[in-house]
Amino acid sequence: KGNPKTGKGQGRHQTIIKQINSLKSNTQRQGKAENRKMDNLSISNYFYLQVLAACLYPALLEDDSLPLDVKQRAESLLRECDGGSVGSYTDSSGIAKIKHCVSQYITRRDGGVPSSPDNIFIKSGSQTIMLKLLIRSKDSCQTGVLIPVPTYASFTLALEEQGAAIIPYHLCEEQGWTLQVEELRKALHTGRKTCNPVALYICNPGNPTGHIQSRKSIEEVIRFAAEERLFILADEVYQSCVYADDTEFYSYKKVLSEMGSTISSTVELASFNSVSKGFMGECGLRGGYVELVNLDPAVKEYARRLFSTRSCPPVVGQMALDLMANPPRPGDPSFPTFSEVSEVFAELPGISCQPLKAGFFVFPCLHFPPKAIKWAKMEPDMLYCLHLLEETGLHVRPGCEYGQRKDSHHIRFNIMEDALQRLKTFHTRFMKEFS
Amino acid sequence: CHAAIIKMDLKKKKKKKLYWAHIWMHGTPSICQLRLILYILHVCSVISRFTPEILRKGIHGDTMTENGCEYRERVLTMDTMNPNVKRVEYAVRGPIVQRAVQIERELKMGIKKPFTEVIRANIGDCHAMGQKPITFFRQVLALCSYPDLLEDGKFPEDAKSRARRILQACGGGSLGAYSTSQGIEMIRQDIARYIERRDGGITCDPDNIYLSTGASDAIVTMLKLLVSGEGMSRTGVMISIPQYPLYSATLAELGAVQISYYLDEDNCWSLDISELRRALQEAKKHCSPRALCIINPGNPTGQVQSRQCIEGVIRFAAAEKLFLMADEVYQDNVYADGCKFHSFKKVLFEMGLEYSEKVELASFHSTSKCYMGECGFRGGYMEVVNLDPEVKVQLTKLVSVRLCPPVPGQALLDVVVNPPQPDEPSYDTFIKERTDTLATLAEKANMTQEILNQVPGIKCNPVQGAMYTFPRIHLPPKAILEAKEKEQTPDMFYCMKLLEETGICLVPGSGFGQRDGTYHFRMTILPPKEKLKIVLAKIKEFHQHFMAQYS
Repeated sequence: KGNPKTGKGQGRHQTIIKQINSLKSNTQRQGKAENRKMDNLSISNYFYLQVLAACLYPALLEDDSLPLDVKQRAESLLRECDGGSVGSYTDSSGIAKIKHCVSQYITRRDGGVPSSPDNIFIKSGSQTIMLKLLIRSKDSCQTGVLIPVPTYASFTLALEEQGAAIIPYHLCEEQGWTLQVEELRKALHTGRKTCNPVALYICNPGNPTGHIQSRKSIEEVIRFAAEERLFILADEVYQSCVYADDTEFYSYKKVLSEMGSTISSTVELASFNSVSKGFMGECGLRGGYVELVNLDPAVKEYARRLFSTRSCPPVVGQMALDLMANPPRPGDPSFPTFSEVSEVFAELPGISCQPLKAGFFVFPCLHFPPKAIKWAKMEPDMLYCLHLLEETGLHVRPGCEYGQRKDSHHIRFNIMEDALQRLKTFHTRFMKEFS
Repeated sequence: CHAAIIKMDLKKKKKKKLYWAHIWMHGTPSICQLRLILYILHVCSVISRFTPEILRKGIHGDTMTENGCEYRERVLTMDTMNPNVKRVEYAVRGPIVQRAVQIERELKMGIKKPFTEVIRANIGDCHAMGQKPITFFRQVLALCSYPDLLEDGKFPEDAKSRARRILQACGGGSLGAYSTSQGIEMIRQDIARYIERRDGGITCDPDNIYLSTGASDAIVTMLKLLVSGEGMSRTGVMISIPQYPLYSATLAELGAVQISYYLDEDNCWSLDISELRRALQEAKKHCSPRALCIINPGNPTGQVQSRQCIEGVIRFAAAEKLFLMADEVYQDNVYADGCKFHSFKKVLFEMGLEYSEKVELASFHSTSKCYMGECGFRGGYMEVVNLDPEVKVQLTKLVSVRLCPPVPGQALLDVVVNPPQPDEPSYDTFIKERTDTLATLAEKANMTQEILNQVPGIKCNPVQGAMYTFPRIHLPPKAILEAKEKEQTPDMFYCMKLLEETGICLVPGSGFGQRDGTYHFRMTILPPKEKLKIVLAKIKEFHQHFMAQYS
C-alpha cells in the first residue's frame, strides 16, 4: 500500500504480498496478526470451536461426542436465530441476546459501570460507519481527525477514503510511546488552521507500539476532548492482551464514568472491540462491536439506518463474540512472555525497543549505519524488510507505513518465538555487512 | 401523588421539536416524589415514542442534563452529522419493520391482537421462513470450523476432502485467520472455473474475482469507485424503478445523482431501451452519467430478462459509454416457462470483440439467495471485466481497508461452486435437496400470482424469478386522502393497516420506487406453502374490507 502520504513504497508492497503467497508452508505471516497455533490450543479454544461447529451443522447436537455445555450453548444461540439457522439474516445491529451478553461483559470489565445493549452495535470489523457519520466530505472546510503517529495503517486508509483530513500527533518514543496532551494540543492547534477537527482517534493498547495508557493519561485525554469538543474514537481491540505485571488496561468508558458528571454525561465516545485479537484471535470470522456513549439519540437512529443498509453482521462472527464475552473459563493467550522479547533485543546491536506492555506487536527502532542509508535507494527500513523477507521468509512491516519521526526508522514486528530467532540471525548479519 | 399532565405543547425551537408537558401536582412533593414522577414519565415517554430528550432537559428548561449539569452542545448532532446520511432510506428494514418488531414484543407481553403471530414477508430471508439449509454445505463448514471432526466417521468423504482442501488454503489451517483482502486465492480460482462452466467455456481470470461481505459490499465498493466530480460532472448512476433500495441508499450516502429508468409494468416489468435513452438524455442536462445498474432476475419485480433485452442493454452501454453493473444474485431462481437466466458476461462475449473488449462490466453473486439461502454468512463475490488496470490497483487497495471478507462465507462460496459430483456419496441427497427447494419456490411463485390476481383491485405480474411479488394495488381516493393527513405515503398507510389488523409485514412500493400515482407492495413468496395460502387469503380479505371501508 505504501506510505499514505508520500506514496513511497507503493507497488513494492504488492510484490512483497505476492512473494509471501508463493513461499511455502514455513512462511511466517507477520503482516496480519496470526496467533492461531494449531499445536497449542488451550481447552477454551476447543469449546468455542465445538460450539461454532454445532451451530453450523445442528445434526451434531444429536452426537454423543460433544460435551453437554457445548450443546447447551449451541442450542441457546440457535434459538436466537430465525428458523434456528445461522444462515438467516439477523437484526442489523446484531442478535439481541448477544448484544445483551456483550453489555454484561463490558459491565463486568468496568467494575459495574452500566452498559446498555441499545448502545451496542455488532459489526464486521471496520470503524467506517462512525466515520461516515462524522465526516462531511462536501464542506469547503474538511473534517479533521487526530490520529497518532505511528498508527494502524488501515485506519489511515479508511480516513482517506471518507475524505477526512488527517491531523497527526506524535507519540513520545523516548518515554515508551506515551501520549502527551501537550502534543495533542499542538497538533490540534495546527490542524485548526486548515480543517475542522471533530474527532480524536486513540489506539489503546497501541498498534504498532504495544504501549498501554495509564489511567492518568486517559483522564487527561478525556479532559482535553471535553475542553476542545472532540469526539473520542477509542480503538481497544487489544484490551485482552496485557502482559507486563505492573500495568492494567483501563477502558475509556470506565475512566469517563468516574470523572464527574459534567464530563461523564457529555463527552461522546465510541469504543471498539473485536474477536480478532485476545485469546480468540478469530480474525477471519469478522466479529466485533462498537459501544456508543453519550451519542445524540437522533444521530443514533441514523447510525442504525446506516447499519441496516449493510443487512447484518456475519452470524458466525456474532456467535464468536458471544463466546468471547461469555467464555466458559478465562483462557490465557499463548504468547511468549514479555521478558523473552526484551532479552533478545537487548543483545542485538543497532536495535532498541521500548518496553512491551500490551498488544501483539513491538515497534523497535533500527539504528542504521550511514553506509546502509547511503546505499539504500528507498526508505532504509523498507529495504531492511525486503532483505529480511528474501533471506529468512519473515514478513515484517516497515515503520514508514505507520508514521515515524523524520530520519528515524522502525519495523513493526509480531512477537513470536520462531520469528525472534530468524530476526536475530538476520539482523546480526545485516549490521555486520553495513558497518 | 396526584399528578396529571394538563397541557401538551409542540414548540419549534431552532430546528428541534420540543414537547412540553405541564404537570399539575397536588401538594408539595418531596424530591423523592419528584424523582418518581419523572421516572414514570420517562417510562411513558418510551412507550409512546416521545424522545427522552425532554426529560433529560429536566424541569429547569433545556439547558440541564439529567444530573442537573450545564448541557453542553454535542460534537455530533443532526446539524453537524454528515448531511448525506440523512438522505439514506432502506425500506426493507425501515419503519414498518420496526413497528412489526414492536408488535411482536407486545404479543410476547400478552397484549391481545386480532392475530397470534407476525409474519415477516418483508425480507428475502429463506431460512427464517423455514427453508432448510443444504446438508452438504453445512457439513463442510462444520468440518472446517472444528477440524477434529475430520476423524468422525459420521461425515461423508466428499465433505471431508473439500474441508481439508479449504483449510489448507487458509492461514494456519483455520477459518479464524485473516485472508488476503481480495479473498482466498484458491477459492477465487474455483469460482473462476465455475463461471467458465456456467458461461459455456468463456475464460475467467481469478484475478478479476473479488470476494466480498455479501454482494452488497461489492456493489457499494464499485459505486464508491464510480462516484466523482462536482455539479455538471457529478457521477450519475442509472437504476431501475422499481429497484432494490440498497442502490438508492448508497447513491444518497455517496452524494451521487440517481438516474431513474422505469420498467414497463404493463409488459411484465420488461426493460425498454427507448426508456433508457429517455432517462439518459434527461440526465445529461445536469450530471455526468457513468454507470447503468440492472438487477436480473429482478428485485422486487421478479422479471427475467430475455437474451435480446440483455444484448440491447449491452449495445446501449457501449454506445453511451456506461459502466455496467449486473446484479445477478437470483440467477438460480428462475421459475416461469420460457424464461432462462443469461449471464451478462456470457452474452457480452458472444457479441463479438467489438463489445467484449470494450464494455466495462461488474457482475455480482452471493450465497444469500438461490437455493442456498445462506444470508447470515455474508458470502459474495464480484467479477470485473475490462476494468482499467490502474483502477484495478486502486480497487484492490480500497477493499484492503475492511481487511477481509468473513472467511466462513468464503468457504461456503467454495462449496457452492464445488458441489457434489454424480460419482460422489453426497450427490443424491444434494440434488434432491436442491431440486425440492427450487421446485417449492416455483410452486409458491405460481400460487401467489394466481391467488392475488383473483382479488379485484390487485393486479399481479407473473413471478418469473427471484423471491418476491410486487403487485399493484388500486387505492380509493378517500384512502389516499387519509394517508396524506397522516403524512404517510398511501401504500405505507395500506401496509401499516395490514400489519395492525393481520400481523402480516410487507414493504410498501414507495420503498422501491414506482410511477407517480401508482401503488404497490412487495411480499416474499418464502413462507411455507400452507402458511403462504393463509397469508394470501388474509390479504385478500383485508383488501376487500379496505376497499369497502374507503369507497
